[in-house]
Amino acid sequence: MNTPDRRTASAIAEALAAGETTSVAVTQAHLDRIAEVDGAVRAFLHVDAEGALRDATASDERRAAGHPWSPLDGVPIAIKDVLATRGLPTTCGSRILEGWVPPYDATVVARLRGAGLPILGKTNMDEFAMGSSTEHSAYGPTHNPWDLDRIPGGSGGGSAAAVSAYEAPLALGTDTGGSIRQPGAVTGTVGVKPTYGGVSRYGLVSLANSLDQAGPVTRTVLDAALLHELIGGHDPLDSTSIDAPVGDLVAAARRGADGDLRGVRIGVVRELGGEGYQAGVLARFEESVELMTKAGAEAVEVSCPHFVHALATYYLILPAEASSNLARFDAMRYGLRVTPDDDPDHRPSAEDVMRATREAGFGDEVKRRIILGTYALSSGYYDAYYGTAQKVRTLVTRDFEAAFEHADVLVSPTAPTTAFRLGEKVDDPLAMYLNDLATIPANLSGVPGISVPSGLADEDGLPAGVQILAPAMADDRVYRVGAALESLLARGWGGALLDRAPELTGASS
Amino acid sequence: MPESSEHTITREQVAHLADLSRIDLSDAELDDLAPQLSVILESIASIQGVAGDDVPPTSHAMPLTNVYRDDVVRPGLTAEEALSGAPEVEQQRFKVPRILGDEQ
Amino acid sequence: MSYDDAMAQFDPAFGLEVHVELNTATKMFCGCPTEFGAEPNTQTCPTCLGLPGSMPVVNAKAVESAIRIGLALNCEIAPWCRFARKNYFYPDMPKNFQTSQYDEPIAFEGYMDVEVEGETHRIGIERAHMEEDTGKSLHVGGSAGRIHGADYSLVDYNRAGIPLIEIVTKPVLGTGARAPEVARAYVGQLRDLLLGLGVSDVRMEQGSLRCDVNLSLTEQDSASLGTRTETKNVNSLRSVERAARYEVMRQAAVLVGGGSIRQETRHWHEDTGVTTSGREKSDADDYRYFPEPDLVPMAPSREWVEELRSSLPEPPHERRARLQAEWGFSDLEMRDTVGAGALGLVEETVAAGTAPAAARKWWLGELARRANESETDLGSLGVTPADVARVQALVDEGTLNDKLARQVLDGLVAGEGSPDEIVGARGLAIVSDDGALGAAVDHAIAENPEVADKIRDGKVAAAGALIGAVMKEMRGQADAGRVRELILERLR
Repeated sequence: MNTPDRRTASAIAEALAAGETTSVAVTQAHLDRIAEVDGAVRAFLHVDAEGALRDATASDERRAAGHPWSPLDGVPIAIKDVLATRGLPTTCGSRILEGWVPPYDATVVARLRGAGLPILGKTNMDEFAMGSSTEHSAYGPTHNPWDLDRIPGGSGGGSAAAVSAYEAPLALGTDTGGSIRQPGAVTGTVGVKPTYGGVSRYGLVSLANSLDQAGPVTRTVLDAALLHELIGGHDPLDSTSIDAPVGDLVAAARRGADGDLRGVRIGVVRELGGEGYQAGVLARFEESVELMTKAGAEAVEVSCPHFVHALATYYLILPAEASSNLARFDAMRYGLRVTPDDDPDHRPSAEDVMRATREAGFGDEVKRRIILGTYALSSGYYDAYYGTAQKVRTLVTRDFEAAFEHADVLVSPTAPTTAFRLGEKVDDPLAMYLNDLATIPANLSGVPGISVPSGLADEDGLPAGVQILAPAMADDRVYRVGAALESLLARGWGGALLDRAPELTGASS
Repeated sequence: MPESSEHTITREQVAHLADLSRIDLSDAELDDLAPQLSVILESIASIQGVAGDDVPPTSHAMPLTNVYRDDVVRPGLTAEEALSGAPEVEQQRFKVPRILGDEQ
Repeated sequence: MSYDDAMAQFDPAFGLEVHVELNTATKMFCGCPTEFGAEPNTQTCPTCLGLPGSMPVVNAKAVESAIRIGLALNCEIAPWCRFARKNYFYPDMPKNFQTSQYDEPIAFEGYMDVEVEGETHRIGIERAHMEEDTGKSLHVGGSAGRIHGADYSLVDYNRAGIPLIEIVTKPVLGTGARAPEVARAYVGQLRDLLLGLGVSDVRMEQGSLRCDVNLSLTEQDSASLGTRTETKNVNSLRSVERAARYEVMRQAAVLVGGGSIRQETRHWHEDTGVTTSGREKSDADDYRYFPEPDLVPMAPSREWVEELRSSLPEPPHERRARLQAEWGFSDLEMRDTVGAGALGLVEETVAAGTAPAAARKWWLGELARRANESETDLGSLGVTPADVARVQALVDEGTLNDKLARQVLDGLVAGEGSPDEIVGARGLAIVSDDGALGAAVDHAIAENPEVADKIRDGKVAAAGALIGAVMKEMRGQADAGRVRELILERLR
């Protein structure tokens, strides 16, 4: 078994710049790692070795000519399968899109290509990003590299697991209710949900348009900032994209790395903790707050009383928008087509084919949410459900505004528990939904958030995460405080948390 | 209990919703979904009454307005690209099963 | 039941929903071109094909056109409004929802005054809103391309996403037996207004203006409105009137027979002149509208709206008065011109250099007759004002006489090309070559010696017989005046 390339993206970028390695070598090392461990981890739905190496070769040529396209030129990356990639299959973890190859690139993908990052492949996810465990992928679950019998979080479990297992130094995820941050927490990696509108959604297959946001999945806060700066910024193809610069996120991450938090007010959200949270997760969270306080931060308790309604609000808004978004999967223009043939006297109509295809092509959770969303939007129910949810959303936002008057950032555990066992909650939708308790409010209000590893829970030795939230457009704050916490914790651990992950050995399960 | 029956989805309702959303649910799925959805609905319906009439709804997280593009042609897809994912193609068009209903 | 019998017992109320395709260069939500008649599926992109991940961005020009239409219809312009999704499944609709406007239209509460036979009817405008068009299906197999009985369909999405404005009237009451004519006049006047605004090509034969006619009957002296039907596919001015008339008679017969009218969608059949019941759509009444989350609200500034208002062309009634004065038409001539939906056509023809009387003669005489014969509208004949102006110019310069000009019009209606191409292809030009004409004149004189003698004796009026003979020999392709000159030259 070869030693994996454990360097961070920024370290690889430095080595490339210094001429100490080549993109081809780095890309090949990660492809080798994928070949070695992905049979067990199953982070990838599609690996594009040929394309990645071709891009790596081109990158090396650019660098040799002295014209790299970006600081990360030549650093390979994995992409969640919910982002359209021209020429590469994009399935969203669904049977209904099996074999679909988009004729266009998502804006974030185009920016990665334009910055010279070789694309290793597409990562696994819960079908259409509906889930918190990747168990709802039509192509089978991804396994947590810390314990292959456990879930890697979701919906972006593939991206988090790939980064956690050193199959990729960087990955892209998308976060609608926590799908970047929660997998980050349970795999011991870093995940950032940028301000809504800060990163283009063009080419991101919509789950809930008003909540979705693409963002970085990495092993360090600095890597996340580097990637965020590449993919962020205004996109004229996305009407909800903010027409303002992303800000100097890399500088914020570098500044935070000194661990000095003097003058920073940290708001501990009373409603995001306590009952329903695993003891070990809470213990690591409290230690983190203490560390930050010791580093000069002022900790204040803030109350966001409407956060208790965030989960319910989310599960009305999301299915409603999703039911409409997923209507396009109808077997007419692309994707799966299933023709029913039970009755020889009745030639199937387009409608028959739509019904049969959607029945066969969508998984249980997707059907559940489509039906729920259709119900919530139906005449007679709209005001009571979708309309009400949009109002509570306003109250959640007001809670944030009030809290940010007393604190520069808000903190909480990212997820209430560490990684649970595969199969443990898959048949209990409500229990599954609770995983996103702490992450959902940020999506409802569009504010940015990061999950940083906070250590291992005592009871199971599995990673937990701290979530840091900042006001909209103040993404730099999550990087500064996130990098500070990361560095303070690393001093205590004498290294990165991931260094303590068990060695992965070839195929299992 | 009137409280709980208010947010119950019946099997017939599920069948109607499946019809509206063009999913040919099996009988077993219809049986399962009605109670499952009722439990979920019961739980999420808890937000009713949380917001007063004076609270405006939020449909967009960011308060942007007037985002337009100029009326200028941008390159799109070739017919080949447009049709690349089509299950069936004929005469450079998407071939679809016979359409029930009226001309639109 | 005859129309008059129906009118004796019932009072019709109607409403119109008109869909207008805007003539923007690009689609409503993407940068794809909107040209009519392109090869199938060559004007699409991820957005108008509804590919997963694609997103819409609003065309500023379409919003501007919508506001201008709203203002020209005396509407209020919403200070803030949004797009909404109208959810229903149909194979020609790529996303299985139409991005439209629901309870927040960009323009609302307006009116248009419509004149019919000297009487003015104020048509209330409920709303004008923006939406996107669907793709187009070609039905294969079964009977002659109809949807029923087809084996399968072929879909072209070039049209999907083209900007539409839907203009909805309030119910129009109190027009009595004139209802079908008023309905037609409204659509005709609306078409002229849209042409005047320059926001649409308004070519009904290409589907860039499409009408749904709502109609109900109320028993005379009854206070409540009857149940209405919505007749779709009414795509010419003439059909608007015919369909309304047909529905009046059909509904009256049902009601008189003791039946009741079902609220339903009906389809107009241009060929047979009847409406038939449409298929029930199971989800037609539950479109599950909600605000389009991929678009942000529109809040047109008052400054912009006022700027657009000040750039509007003159209102239709002022325009009519001005044109009548400029053209020197009598009231009757003007009324006929407006009634035939030819005002804009005559205006454009005059603008292209034709005398107003000549322009009116061609449009209201020759072309109106042809339109009537082929059961279509003047605007749908395929003859443009520029064509007519060119025909008259050819007459003025002596290349054509009226008889030949009529043949050129036949050629134009038949789609044989431009006037000059038709003159060439059909060999229609007047022979002005004196050699050929002279030979024909000499021949006619030799054939008719006694007529020639009369002319020599000073009976010039007898020349007509010789002119006729020459024209016959020349198969009409001669300038009668020149022929007369040549005859007189020879016999003086």
